[in-house]
Amino acid sequence: MTNLFLLSTHSTYDLLRHLADSWGLMVMALVFLVLCLWPFRPGASAITQDAALSIFEDETDDQ
Amino acid sequence: MDLVLARSGIWLGALLFAVIATALSVDSGFAVHMMICGLAAVIGLVVTLRGVDLNAAIHAPDPGRYDDDLIRLGVIATVFWGMAGFLAGLYIALELAWPQMNLGLQWINFGRLRPLHTSAVIFAFGGNALIATSFYVVQRTCRARLAFPGLAKFVFWGYQLFIVLAATGYLMGITQGKEYAEPEWYVDLWLTVVWVSYLAVFVGTLLKRSEPHIYVANWFYLAFILTVAMLHLVNNINVPVSWFGSRSYPLFGGVQGALVQWWYGHNAVGFFLTAGFLAMMYYFVPKQAERPIYSYRLSIIHFWALIFLYIWAGPHHLHYTALPDWAQTLGMVFSVMLWMPSWGGMINGLMTLNGAWDKIRTDPILRMMVLALAFYGMSTFEGPMMSIKSVNSLSHYTDWTIGHVHSGALGWNGMITFSCLYYMTPRLWGRTRLYSLRMVNWHFWLATLGIVFYTAAMWVAGLTQGLMWREYGADGYLVNSFADTVAALHPMYALRVLGGLLYLSGAVVMTTNIWRTILGHSREEAPLHGAAFDPARDVPLSAAAAH
Repeated sequence: MTNLFLLSTHSTYDLLRHLADSWGLMVMALVFLVLCLWPFRPGASAITQDAALSIFEDETDDQ
Repeated sequence: MDLVLARSGIWLGALLFAVIATALSVDSGFAVHMMICGLAAVIGLVVTLRGVDLNAAIHAPDPGRYDDDLIRLGVIATVFWGMAGFLAGLYIALELAWPQMNLGLQWINFGRLRPLHTSAVIFAFGGNALIATSFYVVQRTCRARLAFPGLAKFVFWGYQLFIVLAATGYLMGITQGKEYAEPEWYVDLWLTVVWVSYLAVFVGTLLKRSEPHIYVANWFYLAFILTVAMLHLVNNINVPVSWFGSRSYPLFGGVQGALVQWWYGHNAVGFFLTAGFLAMMYYFVPKQAERPIYSYRLSIIHFWALIFLYIWAGPHHLHYTALPDWAQTLGMVFSVMLWMPSWGGMINGLMTLNGAWDKIRTDPILRMMVLALAFYGMSTFEGPMMSIKSVNSLSHYTDWTIGHVHSGALGWNGMITFSCLYYMTPRLWGRTRLYSLRMVNWHFWLATLGIVFYTAAMWVAGLTQGLMWREYGADGYLVNSFADTVAALHPMYALRVLGGLLYLSGAVVMTTNIWRTILGHSREEAPLHGAAFDPARDVPLSAAAAH
């Protein structure tokens, strides 16, 4: 069985290339998923609603 | 008085430095550039000593709640550089169709005017639009004035100096030879200083906001500013031959250099021309439509997907080159995946009009925004398609690429910028309305027709070129020589000139309209749409029966 934590030491290029398409890719994909799902967390609906309407608030500043 | 003295001292120091650098310069181009810097210092000195009031010159109203002086200048600069860039584009289109147009002068041949055109429209027209709208949007969405107003002033004028140095450099033949990154090392260093100041002003304003949430348009602006800073720094790691000369050599060579260049080049499209202009879209489209964005959550997904995917798409510029095959495939796959966030964003913008589609019939500014979004969708469909290796083997190095770029640049970037200028101008100068809405309508149709002529001509030209280049005869020789393809393309090149002329005419109409709006004039004109009313039929039923 190959050790998943052991990366190739053939060359710097080889090491970085395999780091990028294994752990690097996984970390990037997970961070991306969390960031995309973040606005769907419970209770975020009202916050996004407020944020979408926030650009119209300054129109009543002078009244 | 002390302040004037200190400022004059700084200008005098800059002038002295420019004079010394001119004297020590090892080539004439560098000397001319240092003279331009010296001239800028003299202008700064005169403005400081004479106390010139620029606001009076541009008919600015009293200062309001926000720092709008620079934004007003930015609107004027955007219109000015837009006209310069479009005119240069038209001229090089003429040169391609009729090469005699270069008049045998090295300064205005295609090779030198072409980077002048691309830099003028992308960095001068687009860049000024981005700086002006970002300052406009960040203040209003944060409900705070600009942080460091003095530094903001430096950003605006420093950026104009960068444009002048870049443009004059191209005419004199000073170039790094990297697409969209042509300016040489000292101009790059200057832009770095300006850009870091821009970042400081923008982030500073975000930090002093009085709104709890940072509106999504600012996310896009911030991503644009940060990424462009990173791209610019990495792609311009050069060693100058002399500290007083215009020539330098890059650190990266061969295929590494090519990859860094196209990592830069494609993300200049992705973060300068896409993220930055999407920021405009996320603020100005809801404002003009007077309704919130269709889905705020979708805008956040659009943002993260764009950030995470775009940065990997660059290698699709290097298909079938010495770049490792896996890197080419990676670029292709990420380009194809980009289709999703791009269309998500387009749908988000368009669906903002859900339930109010009639507005595009009555409001030509909103119609322009909708057309911009439609072109954003079309060019972000075309781009991923062209990045597929088998399609790219036909389209690469042909005019199809030029057509693709212009459907994005003229359709998406141009149209969204025009509509934002039309939105901001009456508000910035305290006018009740634009000089003429009918002229916006004219601009809309002239520009649209221009784009149709341009892109259609380039599609036909590109396919013709690609097919002629790859045509083999029965004996295994290429059927067409390169000159054959050039001759075949001539009618298409002439049609492109027509397209460019129409687009430029539309911009002339806009310039007049914005100019007259600034002056406070209002055109006496019939409204675009009257209320549907027929007095003959507007009578009680019984009276009608009596006839």
